[in-house]
Amino acid sequence: MATHVAHDETDFAPPAEVAEVPLYHPKTFIGKYVWSQDAKIIAIQYAVTAIGIGLVALVFSWLMRLQLGFPNRFEWITPTTYLQLVSMHGMIMVIYLLTALFLGGFGNYLIPLMVGARDMVFPYVNMLSYWVYLLAVLLLVVSFFVPGGPTGAGWTLYPPQAILDGTPGSHAGILLMLVSLAVFVIGFTMGGLNYVVTVLQARTRGMTLMRLPLTVWGIFMATILALLAFPALFVSAIMMFLDLTLGTSFFMPALVSKGQQLNYSGGNPLLFQHLFWFFGHPEVYIVALPAFGIVSDLIATHARKNIFGYRMMVWAILIIGGLSFVVWAHHMYVSGMHPYFGFFFATTTLVIAVPTAIKVYNWVLTLWRGNIRLTVPMLFAIAFVFTFVNGGLSGLFLGNVVVDLPLSDTMFVVAHFHMVMGIAPVLVVFGAIYHWYPKITGRMLDEPLGKVHFWITFVGTYAIFYPMHYLGFMGIPRRYYAIGGTSFIPDSAHLLNVWISLAAFVVGAAQMAFLYNLVHSYFRGKPSGGNPWHATTLEWQTPQTPPTHGNFGKELPVVYRWAYDYGIPGLKTDFIPQNVPPADVPAEAWAKVPHHADG
Amino acid sequence: MTIALAFLTLLMAVIVGWLLRQTLNVQPWQAQPAGMEVSVLTPRPAIQTALWVFLAVATSLFVLFVSAYSMRLGLADWTPLPRPRLLTLNTALLVGASLAMQWAVHAARRAEPADLRRGLAIGGLLTTGFLAGQVAVWMQLNDAGYLVSTSAASAFFYLFTAVHGLHVLGGLVAWARAWKRAWRDADPARIRLAVQLCATYWHFLLAVWVALYALLVSDVLGLAICSSTPL
Repeated sequence: MATHVAHDETDFAPPAEVAEVPLYHPKTFIGKYVWSQDAKIIAIQYAVTAIGIGLVALVFSWLMRLQLGFPNRFEWITPTTYLQLVSMHGMIMVIYLLTALFLGGFGNYLIPLMVGARDMVFPYVNMLSYWVYLLAVLLLVVSFFVPGGPTGAGWTLYPPQAILDGTPGSHAGILLMLVSLAVFVIGFTMGGLNYVVTVLQARTRGMTLMRLPLTVWGIFMATILALLAFPALFVSAIMMFLDLTLGTSFFMPALVSKGQQLNYSGGNPLLFQHLFWFFGHPEVYIVALPAFGIVSDLIATHARKNIFGYRMMVWAILIIGGLSFVVWAHHMYVSGMHPYFGFFFATTTLVIAVPTAIKVYNWVLTLWRGNIRLTVPMLFAIAFVFTFVNGGLSGLFLGNVVVDLPLSDTMFVVAHFHMVMGIAPVLVVFGAIYHWYPKITGRMLDEPLGKVHFWITFVGTYAIFYPMHYLGFMGIPRRYYAIGGTSFIPDSAHLLNVWISLAAFVVGAAQMAFLYNLVHSYFRGKPSGGNPWHATTLEWQTPQTPPTHGNFGKELPVVYRWAYDYGIPGLKTDFIPQNVPPADVPAEAWAKVPHHADG
Repeated sequence: MTIALAFLTLLMAVIVGWLLRQTLNVQPWQAQPAGMEVSVLTPRPAIQTALWVFLAVATSLFVLFVSAYSMRLGLADWTPLPRPRLLTLNTALLVGASLAMQWAVHAARRAEPADLRRGLAIGGLLTTGFLAGQVAVWMQLNDAGYLVSTSAASAFFYLFTAVHGLHVLGGLVAWARAWKRAWRDADPARIRLAVQLCATYWHFLLAVWVALYALLVSDVLGLAICSSTPL
């Protein structure tokens, strides 16, 4: 049956002001799947690469837990190796996995489909973006194999130690790391320009900004943050690169290393810290904002209820983004800053709790009296809200200077940031994959296996990170290879470390079940149809599933409403897709309108 | 970092103003016939929006370099360089290039292809001259014994000029494409757009250079990168 084409409503819809740009059509297999310019393929390339390198970082965390849980048992994990594992785990997870997956993966897949575009506005640049990202990943991987190994300076790469002898990978390792970061930033900028301009310019008719699904808002604002914050990482990487290779003294003070006076003089390591955290703090929200957006859509769809306070949600995203630029020095309370600065940064940090709390209340109020369906995506979405609140609360501790000082560089900090920007966004990644996998492949992921995966991951991560807060309160430092027989540390702390390690292995292993589910369901999964979740947004209204090149068939959809028309009384179905004209909505007419395209 | 914050505040104000326009008096939960809402699609070409977004990113980059400079400034080992005389000439070349680009835009608007090509050619030539001049300045400083690692001041000198120079080089790539289009393409609208984008970018590069140049020679403020001793 032919799909009801909204374009027939010429009375309502004036002609578009911008003509459609002809699409690039690949002719060969390689052009279609390797050097692809289709955002959906690029999204999958990004996602597979990010998840691949993320698995490496997951294995690194296992090795770290082996050492921490069972010190002196594994001789091949030396202090040098340990520091390299810590550094690479952090760097990969934050930048090469989460940033790339949320923006490059979900951004590429969802933005064109959700705004009703055929593709990104600059498909060629979009393709380049992925290949430059892949180059950055490869440079990072190469650093594992160079003499001296990868850098062990911590993911923060603080100078002077990052480039001094004695730090693991202080020559080739750190060099490749800095180059890889600079390359990553260049690649990201190419992609980021695409995401922003596509949202601004390529929305279909009727898709006003205030009708965009919150997923798009989250990714859009995160991209703006990233475009403005990544230059700070670029600047610090370039300047440290020059300190390392040409002997400039941007960051390097006059110092004596191994009894020798080095040629550096007058540089300021704090300068690096300012630049790094000027990127580093917005980075938290570069990861969190897409998660906020996606969770809003998951909750509304699976609770069959319109999102509570849509405009407030959009403004909260903007305010959080803005505030994230004025809190960076709360990562530097122990650097000896002026007390008034500390006061300023503590205040701004705590103020972020306000828009964030608004979002949490709105999620809860959306769930309130909703027709909640505990599907796997919904479970992950609700788990995210819990975890983000938990991680956020320990952030209130650390945001205060007096509380932060004793807790700085302890396991408490590790627990905090893993809850808030590790586990919480990863829960959203899982929820989003369970939610959109049917659209990407045309098949459902296995539900029982998904629930097993969910419960082990959710409960397991609490088993890992809750006790870590306690270790932190005892004063157990982070980044230490072994604590040894330190007198203030009781035996129970060692026992707790064993427990955490065991939990980490179980949670890690559960991810293999997820990977199995991804592969197995691709071939054997239940066919999903075009709109299995009965969602309103445009990506579920495509004539084919998975969407083909060009996304929407012959004519682009026209949008008449926001993305949250769920639970509408008096209708046969409880939702109205965004592209259903108002005239078609009355109950008697509703039966004639196909609520989703049958491709 | 005050400078970076000032830039971001400005940018935030722009974004807040833009979003206010989109949200005030808008009730997204009410369905409407498409086309009834404020600003459906802006007729501005996507590439133009992309350029402006890119300029914001590039500004962020330069602002952060300048922030780093302003924080490093007061510390030890800040030995100003002599001021290369050639910088004045280079600045004049870049001003000329920017004017020539603007002239090309006017020619494109008046549909005078000969003037357009002339403007583009002069703009490209002067820009190449600017880059050559910058390299000459580097060589002069190098010969005078001011290497990149000599002091923080010289390191910032090389850094600023190199980063700016790379942006100019990137501009020349876009310029070459506009040039090709001006010679081959018959579609005047496309040529006009290309030239217009080039001109916008050139004005941006000039503005950045003027700001950097002021930092290089602003010894009235105290510790500039270059002293008043000419080279």
